[in-house]
Amino acid sequence: MLLGLATPSILTIIAIIMIPLGWLFYLSFIGKGGEFSLENYQRMIEYKSYFRVYIITFEVSILTTLVCILIGYPLAYFLSQLPQRFAGFFMLTVLLPFWTSLLVRTYAWLVLLQKKGLLNEFAMQIGLWETPIKLVHNMTGTLIGMAHIMLPFLVLPLYGAMRRIEPEMMQAAANLGAKPVHAFWKIFFPMSLPGMVAGSLIVFVLCLGFYVTPAVLGGGRVVMVATQITAILENQFNWGAASALGVVLLLATLVILFIAGRILKLDNVLFGRS
Amino acid sequence: MQDKNNVVEYSKALPISIRGLTKRYGSLYALNSIDLDVSSGEFLTLLGPSGSGKTTLLMAIAGFNRPDSGSIRFGDSEMILAPPHKREVGMVFQNYALFPHMTVAENIGFPLKLRKIGSKECQQRVDEALSTVQLLNLGDRRIDQLSGGQKQRVALARAFVFSPRILLMDEPLSALDKKLREQMQIELKQLHRKLGVTTVYVTHDQREALTMSDRIAVINEGKFEQIDSPEFIYNKPANSFVADFIGESTMLPVKKKTSGDLFFQDILISSGYSNSSQEEWLLVIRPERLFLVEKNNLDSDQNIIFEGVIKEFVYQGETAFALIALSDQHSLSIRFSTDSSGSRDNMRPGESLKIGLKRSEVIIIPENSN
Amino acid sequence: MGFWKKPASETQITHADRLWLYIVALVIMLLLVIPSVIVVPMSFSDSQYLEFPPSNWSLRWYEEYFGSAKWMQSTITSLHIGMLTMLLSTPLGTMAAYALYVSGHPASKAIFVFLITPMIVPVILIAIGTFYVFGRVGLNNSIGGLVLAHTSLATPLVMIIITAALRTYDLNQERVARSLGASRLKAFFLITLPQIRFSILTAALLSFLTSFDEVIISIFISGGVNSTLTKQMFSALRDFIDPTIAAISTIMVFISTALLLTTQFIDIHQREK
Repeated sequence: MLLGLATPSILTIIAIIMIPLGWLFYLSFIGKGGEFSLENYQRMIEYKSYFRVYIITFEVSILTTLVCILIGYPLAYFLSQLPQRFAGFFMLTVLLPFWTSLLVRTYAWLVLLQKKGLLNEFAMQIGLWETPIKLVHNMTGTLIGMAHIMLPFLVLPLYGAMRRIEPEMMQAAANLGAKPVHAFWKIFFPMSLPGMVAGSLIVFVLCLGFYVTPAVLGGGRVVMVATQITAILENQFNWGAASALGVVLLLATLVILFIAGRILKLDNVLFGRS
Repeated sequence: MQDKNNVVEYSKALPISIRGLTKRYGSLYALNSIDLDVSSGEFLTLLGPSGSGKTTLLMAIAGFNRPDSGSIRFGDSEMILAPPHKREVGMVFQNYALFPHMTVAENIGFPLKLRKIGSKECQQRVDEALSTVQLLNLGDRRIDQLSGGQKQRVALARAFVFSPRILLMDEPLSALDKKLREQMQIELKQLHRKLGVTTVYVTHDQREALTMSDRIAVINEGKFEQIDSPEFIYNKPANSFVADFIGESTMLPVKKKTSGDLFFQDILISSGYSNSSQEEWLLVIRPERLFLVEKNNLDSDQNIIFEGVIKEFVYQGETAFALIALSDQHSLSIRFSTDSSGSRDNMRPGESLKIGLKRSEVIIIPENSN
Repeated sequence: MGFWKKPASETQITHADRLWLYIVALVIMLLLVIPSVIVVPMSFSDSQYLEFPPSNWSLRWYEEYFGSAKWMQSTITSLHIGMLTMLLSTPLGTMAAYALYVSGHPASKAIFVFLITPMIVPVILIAIGTFYVFGRVGLNNSIGGLVLAHTSLATPLVMIIITAALRTYDLNQERVARSLGASRLKAFFLITLPQIRFSILTAALLSFLTSFDEVIISIFISGGVNSTLTKQMFSALRDFIDPTIAAISTIMVFISTALLLTTQFIDIHQREK
């Protein structure tokens, strides 16, 4: 049977993804003494520090998504308005970071954002601010680094959605008497929304589980769930606590995707049965 | 099993015999216990609207879907379980499905290479096939350098070059424009005569079916409505579906009176139905069989005469067409040939007139027969 | 009529009216590219510290990198794992994509969603989960374990790329080949494969890069002589910023750029066909 060709992949995913996840799920219900308990989940509610980790995670994720929309929308719009050939060329500027190692980019931002870094120097030269500002090892640095990493995930689907808007739509709008600004906000923008929402969703969900960038650019001040999980495992070797954090993170991700999927028919947007 | 050394002659066509073929998708019957015999060398057309099951049937013959039950025999061999590549059936697809990474000659040579035919003979047979479809010098062309009609011919050549005993075509002309399509219909017919291969042809175009076929199998909702020669299908439709689907027609309801005669309103249409329990019948009228009654002395024993008012008159070049209201509910279409005088002053909307139909042209089918 | 006076949109906005958009887009694109480019001059700096532009130039960080057994060992490990991941995930993902797309089975969609879960599940969970389970079966710190983990990350990518390719491909071609006497396997290799080969190549390159660049899982389940390059880089970045990283980064940027340009070239080539 033809479907049998998918078996090796299915088995791999079961063995490498599903079984470990199941195991973590099980571990999250095991207390310190090795018995069944809910203490790992209770701790998350009782201790403020645990709760704060989730707050920060959501804060970083939401802010990163917003920054991406703010930067990504004009960029995608610009690209979508170019003739196909030029768009392909300028698209390289989106794809290059996409293909560049995460570590390399994180390192580069470390260099760019430091006190004597290029950005501070440049800002002071053109008189934006006078003394060097601390741009890294804090929330600012984390946001900049993460937005840079996440931007392609927003721009690519958004660009796709914009390209699918037929030029005749805008001509029709103009013909019916819409000013260019109106034509944009009443016709183009709403039609590009599905792409934007899909892209934002991908960005948001990816942010939730992010580890490397906050760990390096946050300088220990931006503790997100993934960072916390690692810390618990490294310092306390407490599998129960780490698993419980992970389970909640996974559930949050799935719930968001599920709700979004219901509203958006996400599979259509993501996998392009347009 | 195929014997590699035995090159089958074009003329060695095989009959197809299908019994009780059923294919369901969920609760929907794509094919509902179908029987069909295609005789050796025949050109049979499966004609039906989209979703009627015609393509499902063709794919079942080619081996691309596995029916739930039934039998498909080519000659004496049962094929229902044979994979497509063991069936020795040439197939032409709607969109040609030419291989874009191969040249014209490579496309046509593909089935020969698979049969391990030596390159010299292969070359010779490809050339032969190319000349049959009148593309002799285009063997080295890339597929994207061909016009629609040329692609069509390559697809054809590829389907018959390995001398299959059966040829299947799935709406092969639907992508061509009208003129080319009509030209290809004639060419296909000639090609079929030359190859003598049993051919099953799928189309939804009734005119194409009438033009090309030895027999037409009209299929609807997974069942055959009628299988007959084009003339029979046109002149003796078995039911209202066939009458409606093939050619233009107007259907008028006719009622049986106690005498056993059929009447439309108070016009006698036909007699001799006293033995039938059916009360409601339909009179099928082909527009071109109607004529304008200009004399008053027309013999009503030989002709039915309708009176009506012109609602619409349309000039279409070689013919003209008028819609005639007989009453508030019923109207008739009439089609007649035009002449160079061009003036039909009496054909203005609102004019009343008489139209006749020869009693020998009357087609009666039972109501709800479908 | 000059460029700026020409209409730039269907609503007849001129290029001059759009100047602001061009400037904004240009700045954004600059910001996008700079981090990938800046590491190149950094790597030729003579200084211990992160200074830009460098005051003195040298090749010392390259010497450091190529002279260090630790860096060399981990680079070879990463290349090794990347290659194996590519060789495993490309056929796996292609087979799955083909099976799910061509069969049109009612369960295809559900299986597809199941197979892309590795892209949805936060990687940190995959990392600690495999760390725990691999620990039990002795796969931690082994090449095999990491290849398996990376394969499950890369396979969905391959699958998505190949599915997209199959969508633009006319499957009737395979049908026709089969009616002409080719078995399903032959039809795939003679007809389908040659036409999706560029997508397969792209998928292969991307799956190599997915493994080569992967950080989190590597941090957890690689170690000892089988530590990956990314694991070494991450600890070097977090603890003390070793300028050798600039040299390594430069090399990695060149690899990425080369792979990216290859795929772009493939893409253009494919469209021209």
